[in-house]
Amino acid sequence: MLRADALQAIYPEVKDRIVVTIMGAVAAELYTLGHRPNFFYLEHAMGLASSMGLGIALAMPRHKVVVIDGDGSLLMNLGTLSTMARYRPGNLVHIVFDNASLLSVGGFPTATATGTDLAGVARACAIPEVTEADTPERLKQAVAGALAGGTLTTIVSKVEAIGPKSFHMDLPLLENRFQFKRALEALR
Amino acid sequence: MPVSLANSQVIYGALKACDVKIISALPETWLVHLIRMADEDPEATLVRVAKEEEAIGISAGAHLAGVNSALLMQNHGFLAAINPIVSLALLYKIPLLMLISYRGHMGERDPWQTQGGMVTEPLLRTLGIPVWHLSNPHDAQRRIKDAQTLAHASLSPVAVLLTRELMWEE
Repeated sequence: MLRADALQAIYPEVKDRIVVTIMGAVAAELYTLGHRPNFFYLEHAMGLASSMGLGIALAMPRHKVVVIDGDGSLLMNLGTLSTMARYRPGNLVHIVFDNASLLSVGGFPTATATGTDLAGVARACAIPEVTEADTPERLKQAVAGALAGGTLTTIVSKVEAIGPKSFHMDLPLLENRFQFKRALEALR
Repeated sequence: MPVSLANSQVIYGALKACDVKIISALPETWLVHLIRMADEDPEATLVRVAKEEEAIGISAGAHLAGVNSALLMQNHGFLAAINPIVSLALLYKIPLLMLISYRGHMGERDPWQTQGGMVTEPLLRTLGIPVWHLSNPHDAQRRIKDAQTLAHASLSPVAVLLTRELMWEE
């Protein structure tokens, strides 16, 4: 599955939700599908999108929060799975696109290329609901189900290591930051 | 354990006066009472992190969601969190109220704490993070509130160094 197709499939589910993504290909692809003020693209601090999502989910328990993570980022902050599982906010949906590659920085293989099983790690960390979804339809269904339910869910989706031609986003990161904060204020 | 309960109560009271609702922490000796108080406080959420880097993300998320947070960490935890302090908090202009137990400084007997103690303040200054030392419990309420005020006005991390004189009774 191409991540771009996966994102397109879930876009209708997430477009009105609080979304935090990692940097690189996934940010550019989601941005290209249609930026929303409720989308935040963490352009650095690799690994911390899920921690930010946890902070938002704990601060806004009545709103659903979607984190779009990647294998390289999650591997840099595996402890986040144990922390999320410890507090298990039911309003947090954690999607991990696993392309087994550090695509944005030359495509070097990550440890998932040599057998690390992120869904298995999430289960072992006691994330209450862990799903694997390897087609756009299954992912859409998994995301819709997690958003409708009230259980912390990690969804791991294997995708091909193919990114967009350009990573350019016409959105300065501070503009994104202030716009996102205002969007969250409007929801409160 | 001669960690000052009375002064920990004063510090916790100061955090309450700052309307702090989310407190992240990683256990360390000087912080035991503070962490227990946060855990037992029905009005606050204590997030026990696996590594201090996470706490920077959690506080960033809380800030963007409009909730005041504070971070309890040892100075080695601050050292562990330097990349996200730079590439999240400073880059994105996120206020952080960091209460840092200042190990390895004057009076430290544990040799393993001393290297971190010597580099803590130089690194905070290199990062341009404003620093308050807290040695006297009478200063706690004012200085912690002022630190939070500056953090929000400057959209910057601030550090309150909890010193041995304040935290350790011997």
